[in-house]
Amino acid sequence: MKNLFIQKFYYGDIPEEKAGGSGYQTKEDAANWPLWEVFIRSKQGLDHKHAGSLHAADAQMAIENARDVYTRRMEGVSIWVVESKYITASNPEEAGELYEPAVDKVYRHPTFYDLPDEVNHM
Amino acid sequence: MKEALINYTLHLADTTLILAQRNSEWCGHGPILEQDIAITNISLDLLGQSRNFYQYAATLIGGDATEDSLAYLRKEREFKNLLLAEQPNGNWGQTILRQYLYSQFQYLLFEKLQQCNNEQLAAIAAKSIKETTYHVRWSSEWVIRLGDGTEESHTRMLKAIDELWRYTGEMFVPAVYETIVDVSALKNVWLQKVNIIFTEATLPVPEKAFMQTGGKEGKHTEQLGYILTELQYMQRAYPGAQW
Repeated sequence: MKNLFIQKFYYGDIPEEKAGGSGYQTKEDAANWPLWEVFIRSKQGLDHKHAGSLHAADAQMAIENARDVYTRRMEGVSIWVVESKYITASNPEEAGELYEPAVDKVYRHPTFYDLPDEVNHM
Repeated sequence: MKEALINYTLHLADTTLILAQRNSEWCGHGPILEQDIAITNISLDLLGQSRNFYQYAATLIGGDATEDSLAYLRKEREFKNLLLAEQPNGNWGQTILRQYLYSQFQYLLFEKLQQCNNEQLAAIAAKSIKETTYHVRWSSEWVIRLGDGTEESHTRMLKAIDELWRYTGEMFVPAVYETIVDVSALKNVWLQKVNIIFTEATLPVPEKAFMQTGGKEGKHTEQLGYILTELQYMQRAYPGAQW
């Protein structure tokens, strides 16, 4: 393996602590910041929808990072963040027992009722 | 009178342009992806502000002047930006501190500017102050985080204060053309705000430091030449080049 060492200089600065730094941007450093899941509510939306995830040192920074990463194009008016580790997810391998029993139970859909005309917005 | 207004508008435009250019050097080099985006956003906010000021200056000057000619075709000695804006990025802490010291000042300045009787400048300030509010919030939190962080980050912040503090005095020394807002009156409240943040960040506020001035009159540190060389390269090498 060849070790490539690329140095970049900015405006003739003497390379000590240059822009971008060198070496401290390692995977471990990034991994030290916990992962957060971001939920955004759009202007028209009533609910917060999952927008993605990001790294941040604490909740406050997560909100600000989310603002910069996910609302730059006016996507939202409200942000929720939650540390990813607090989310419990269902196991895809259990999809069979969890979801398939519902497939043949069409009577669970309220499609067998005749709605009176007076009832709107159903 | 009109010349003073032009110079003042250029001063506001130049400071925001040069700081935007400095911050943009981080694009693709930020310590972490999310912060890379954050500092680039701030850079773009400042660039947007500078465009508004340049456009206004161009209408005041008239003739062939455009926002582009003012940004790309003026020489070092014609630039009236604050010395603080042109200082190198250094490490992340130094960039953060530069942003905080300036944003805290810009907030107080725009607060006054939005009430001034020049409609155009007042409108630009009123539009920009929301951005500035966020810049202050973002950068002050980082100053606290780094100052009150590890021994390493604390030491780097001390060094950054040592590098940058001498350029803060200039903000409050009015230039001849600077008559719309009395910046000298902003000094105490700026110091109070900085004191609160520095105290929380366990950082000392320097006392009786030497203050370098001159930026507002076009007397710059050696840094500005390098910035303009890169910023203006395309227009100098290919005059009138368009996208």
